[in-house]
Amino acid sequence: MISLVWLIPAFPLAAFLASGLFGRRWLGRMTGVIASAAVGLSALLSIGVFLEVLGGKTQTVVTLYRWIGVGEFSVNVSALVDPLSSVMLLVVTVVSFLIFVYSNGYMEHDAGFYRFFAWLSLFVFAMLILVMADNYLLMFVGWEGVGLCSYLLIGFWFERPAPYYAAKKAFVMNRIGDWGYTIGIITIFLVFGSMNFVDVFKRLDESALPQGTLTLICIALFFGATGKSAQLPLYSWLPDAMEGPTPVSALIHAATMVTSGVYLVARSMPLFEVAGPSLQIVGIVGAITAIFAATIALVQFDIKRVMAYSTVSQLGYMFLALGVGAPVAAIFHLATHAFFKALLFLGSGSVIHGLGGEQDMRKMGGLHRKMPVTFWTMLVAGGALAALFPLSGFWSKDEILGAAFGSGHLVLYAIGIVTAVLTAFYVTRALWMTFYGEPRDHHLYDHAHESPRVMTLPLMALAVGSAVLGVAIGYAPEQGFIHQFLNPVVEAGVVEHVPELATIIALALVSVVAGAIGIAVGFSMYVRHRPDPAALTRSAGPIYRILVNKYYIDELYDHRFVEGARAIAGASWAFDIHIIDGLANRLGWALAMGGQGLRRVQTGIVGNYALTIVAGLLLVLVVYGGYAAGIVGR
Amino acid sequence: MTVPLGAYVAVSAALFFIGCAGVLVRRNAVVILMCVELMLNAANLALVAFSRKYGSIDERGSVFVVFVFVIAAAEVAVGLGIILSAYRNRPVVNVDEIHQMKG
Repeated sequence: MISLVWLIPAFPLAAFLASGLFGRRWLGRMTGVIASAAVGLSALLSIGVFLEVLGGKTQTVVTLYRWIGVGEFSVNVSALVDPLSSVMLLVVTVVSFLIFVYSNGYMEHDAGFYRFFAWLSLFVFAMLILVMADNYLLMFVGWEGVGLCSYLLIGFWFERPAPYYAAKKAFVMNRIGDWGYTIGIITIFLVFGSMNFVDVFKRLDESALPQGTLTLICIALFFGATGKSAQLPLYSWLPDAMEGPTPVSALIHAATMVTSGVYLVARSMPLFEVAGPSLQIVGIVGAITAIFAATIALVQFDIKRVMAYSTVSQLGYMFLALGVGAPVAAIFHLATHAFFKALLFLGSGSVIHGLGGEQDMRKMGGLHRKMPVTFWTMLVAGGALAALFPLSGFWSKDEILGAAFGSGHLVLYAIGIVTAVLTAFYVTRALWMTFYGEPRDHHLYDHAHESPRVMTLPLMALAVGSAVLGVAIGYAPEQGFIHQFLNPVVEAGVVEHVPELATIIALALVSVVAGAIGIAVGFSMYVRHRPDPAALTRSAGPIYRILVNKYYIDELYDHRFVEGARAIAGASWAFDIHIIDGLANRLGWALAMGGQGLRRVQTGIVGNYALTIVAGLLLVLVVYGGYAAGIVGR
Repeated sequence: MTVPLGAYVAVSAALFFIGCAGVLVRRNAVVILMCVELMLNAANLALVAFSRKYGSIDERGSVFVVFVFVIAAAEVAVGLGIILSAYRNRPVVNVDEIHQMKG
């Protein structure tokens, strides 16, 4: 199976080519089926690869061909198949498959159906390249590929201005992050003379390298990760990315692409461990992002934006885990989050679909009667997000918090607990506003309908994953299957700490209580109006305004950076128009004028030409005569 | 008696300037061609005269005259061809009226 690993990205690529080239004219609605089948085959192959890795083949390199070769230095197009990448392959292909199936229903009435599946397939291809690559350069190819597809799919409805601007914003912010990634891989090449993961980490062990350089590499790579994974300071594109179709939000902006930064750091863990303060920076940025985004999510009214800020916050958790030296917990949370957050998005999409495009939760309410499947599955996902026992989010989040506590990062632990309270609150609020209470818009409510089977089946599959994945691979805490599986790869130098049972139970109790508090406050506010949300909003005026306006970060960026960039762009434009184009135009104008002048010489009268010839001859004779006579100097 | 070289050169120069003046002042294309012939033959006369006076055994000057004949013949052929086709286009032989290619 492992030797066939390159077939995994080949299927989505083939689906991309088929739907992109033939979708419009011939395949039509079949593109969805073809693309889903292709990704389904990839998922089956990924399961096979996963089982083989599980069977003991812990590190295999499958080389397709040599890509760059200059003397000693070479970069191959080859896949590194180890526990980490096999887990990622599995998560990406399985979640993608379910979302592809769902999209067949969600995008059914869209004119760009074939285009949607072409780009979504291309995205899966790029994402698989990203997680399979055995070197930083090939990973960068996938990294850029997913960025491009993200841009294309956010701007899928480019006829409207908002998606177009959101796509541009996402692309530009990702480019800023990519700049960091580029600095990182160039420095890696200069320091190690190789871009291969295995080689780099081997040389890292062999020789003592200057701390400063390693820190630079790690900070640069992490900066790239903040762009792709929507962490501070480059997070603000992700909420705007919700302008894209909902399956795109679920696949790219919740389950897969945004986690590639986490994967990058987890993959580079040997570097980060020895590189001075870089892990601390990762942890601090992750924790601040987690609580920062969670507070914004408290007051959003667009159901997808709540989920978007929640994603930013959960990604912060993953970086927090990486920062406290628990990459396994990060990957664990990545996997469970992929399931329950994809489910939350798809559920939101189902609601939006059922309401004919309405996303404002203030116009929803009481929908659990109309959409039972969507409601129950989203309830499972919401419980997982709020880390309710025994759903999957509980196990992974508990592990992150346990690692933060166990490694002595008490401040980060406290931030994590507070964020857990906030998370439980906003998810309760979102689900209540959507599914319970009195219908606030009767017209919408009357026309609401449950989504078709093709959409609800993926929801149910994801709900099963959201419910049992945690206990299946995460029990017992700190020693579960995922630890035994991933430890050989990512935790080479991390201090192993298996806390006592009492500590584990105590920590778990704290998490559960945190979640319960959040849910209780949510119920109290939205069910019994004690305190009434509207009254609270009024009394907390300034704070509420800051939260609703998202801390004015967008305005700050506009003011500090975007305006400056616009000014530079305007100046460049003026320079181009007036100086560069001006020079070219003036030159052309001068030549044309010269031609106009010289044109008059061609009178068309033969006599004139003859006269000119004779005059020239005479001139030559006179000069020659003067020359011969010595009048003109020799 | 021998004719001095100066006489040949004088006749040659006279012929040349007559031809030159004809080319400049006449309007009829055929006459202009004839005047060009006159100039060419003036040059031939000078060449033969100098060849006779200073020429060594191989008579290079006279050989050059043969080349000029050939070129003159070719020039007349081409020139008359141009005049004919111009005449077919517009029935004039006055060169001042043929100025479509004015810039």
